[in-house]
Amino acid sequence: MTDRAPKLRIAGRDFSSRLIMGTGKFSSGAVMAAALEASGAELVTVALRRADLSGRQDRFANILEFVDPKKYVLLPNTSGARNAAEAVRLARLGREATGSAWLKLEIHPDPRYLLPDPIETLAAAEQLVKEGFTVLPYIHADPVLAKRLEDVGCATVMPLGSPIGSARGVETRASIAIIVEQTTVPVVVDAGLGAPSHAAEAMELGADAVLVNTAIAVARDPVRMAEAFRAAVVAGRTAFEVGLAVPRRQASATSPLTGFLDEAR
Amino acid sequence: MKLDEFAIAELTGFAAQATAADVDRALARERRSLADFAALLSPAASAPEYLEALAQAAHALTVKHFGRVMRFFAPLYLSNECINICKYCGFSRDNPILRVTLTVEQVAEEARYLWAQGFRHILLVAGEHPHFVSRNYLRECVARLRPDWPSISLEVGPMETEEYRLIVEAGAEGLVVYQETYDRAVYAAMHTGGPKRDFDWRLDTAERGYAAGFKRLGIGALLGLAEWRWEAVAVAMHAEYLLKRCWQAQLTISLPRLRPAAGEFEPLIHLTDREMAQYVCALRLMFPEVGLVLSTRESPKLRDGLAPLGITLMSAGSHTEPGGYTGQGKEDLHITRGGRRIDSEGEHADVQFAIADGRAPEVVAARLAEMGYEAVWKDWDGVLNEDHRER
Repeated sequence: MTDRAPKLRIAGRDFSSRLIMGTGKFSSGAVMAAALEASGAELVTVALRRADLSGRQDRFANILEFVDPKKYVLLPNTSGARNAAEAVRLARLGREATGSAWLKLEIHPDPRYLLPDPIETLAAAEQLVKEGFTVLPYIHADPVLAKRLEDVGCATVMPLGSPIGSARGVETRASIAIIVEQTTVPVVVDAGLGAPSHAAEAMELGADAVLVNTAIAVARDPVRMAEAFRAAVVAGRTAFEVGLAVPRRQASATSPLTGFLDEAR
Repeated sequence: MKLDEFAIAELTGFAAQATAADVDRALARERRSLADFAALLSPAASAPEYLEALAQAAHALTVKHFGRVMRFFAPLYLSNECINICKYCGFSRDNPILRVTLTVEQVAEEARYLWAQGFRHILLVAGEHPHFVSRNYLRECVARLRPDWPSISLEVGPMETEEYRLIVEAGAEGLVVYQETYDRAVYAAMHTGGPKRDFDWRLDTAERGYAAGFKRLGIGALLGLAEWRWEAVAVAMHAEYLLKRCWQAQLTISLPRLRPAAGEFEPLIHLTDREMAQYVCALRLMFPEVGLVLSTRESPKLRDGLAPLGITLMSAGSHTEPGGYTGQGKEDLHITRGGRRIDSEGEHADVQFAIADGRAPEVVAARLAEMGYEAVWKDWDGVLNEDHRER
């Protein structure tokens, strides 16, 4: 067993589930709500740009109605922001509209691969932490950036496995291992997890949680895929806690060099 | 951008002759080159078994990158005054049509109607006319709509970067400008009067818009003027160029096919529905992350059919005449001749082109829901339009 707490703890709050869900790309609000339920997730992220921030109960921007605040901790995200100033403004407006001070900080100026801007993210994180937000920043798997974000008071770091929606899995494996080793805040592997096995792999690496959206939202049966990810996250975490076998080159090696030490017996 | 016409010609030639093996190779790749794109446009790729394979691959990529959603927008025509002569366009200055330019209040009235229908993304469209459709007028329209509209785009005559900057500052975030045709000879033949004759000035419009701070750029060729594979290759080249240079902009490509309009222009080439589908698939396979736009120029059947292949943005219930939604500006209808207005009467201003899908927005949304797609009306927020960094 490791010294990590059995439950996921972010900013002083405990979560039984280590699967965080996204809410984009679903074929309907009802399908999304059912998938959330099946996933067992307790923390759910919603793009503020899709929500009504005007306070007029806009039924054409009602994505939040499908995320029951009694069941889930709402994690609004700043997707769409291209720099720190935009992210900060969106976050403030989002907090007013949703009442949640939790924030998934996403700044991707490049709309093609949606890769996070490290410079703007650090600047925005520093500002938002000062303003009392619980900040969970989406970043490239950069161990130094992770430490810098931790230093300014972020509640987690969320390194990407591979680009958003790419389903390429944990391509940043080596860097994520370093981040897991070095950080003192929870590590959430976000983006690119296209199969339950990818999620399990991230958990086996020692990630504290994973965030999944596309793979579940666009699955033929999102509810069953949510169940599959839920099981994979539990499996990966359990394996990590138990400790994985170290891969060996040979099967059951004998001890040709140290066998003589047993001779006295 | 300097259009490399030799390269376009070479790729278009390749597109005409590509073999089944070329199509296989293009399909198998994860990231495709312009040569792969050309192969996907080939007659070989339109054979039934190949077109289905293209469609399957394009559908899978679309779902992966955009999800099971369709974004909606509505065009709002501000004015049908125009100083250009474009042979295919109803607004062409030599057409004796009923014209009007809505006042800012009338624009707000039309917009209120669209808002009530659910739209949160609006595209302001106008003919090119420095007097009636001045930059100040456009700026006032944008500023008037901004408090209610999360996303405002423009499709108007090309302007200078400095002029665009004022409009971006007023709150617009998207700029749409079609090259119409990327074939210079055809372009010259189609545009015989007005500033639009300048092919290269138009070609650089998207970059000027980006420099001024627009966040979404829309391009496209008007299908029906020049050889479609030439247009497709040129559009792809233009898109590649913009993706590299205007890297922070969300790029969309529209696929407007020529429709009947005043002036009785007959399309110079006819693009079949099958070729439209092939074009959509090829664009999606070439540019997995680029938005593809389909308007009400197409029939319900074709729109429903093309949606899963790669379309990510749709208009619905559109009117292509100023005042078309609520009858604004009726009292001011006139004919413009030699720059002078001649009062005239009629029921409404004339349209730019005839639409083919008259379904109400909620009917289109319901049909998409049946097909497993959610209509997304709001996918942006005005707070993201407050930053006007120059590039």
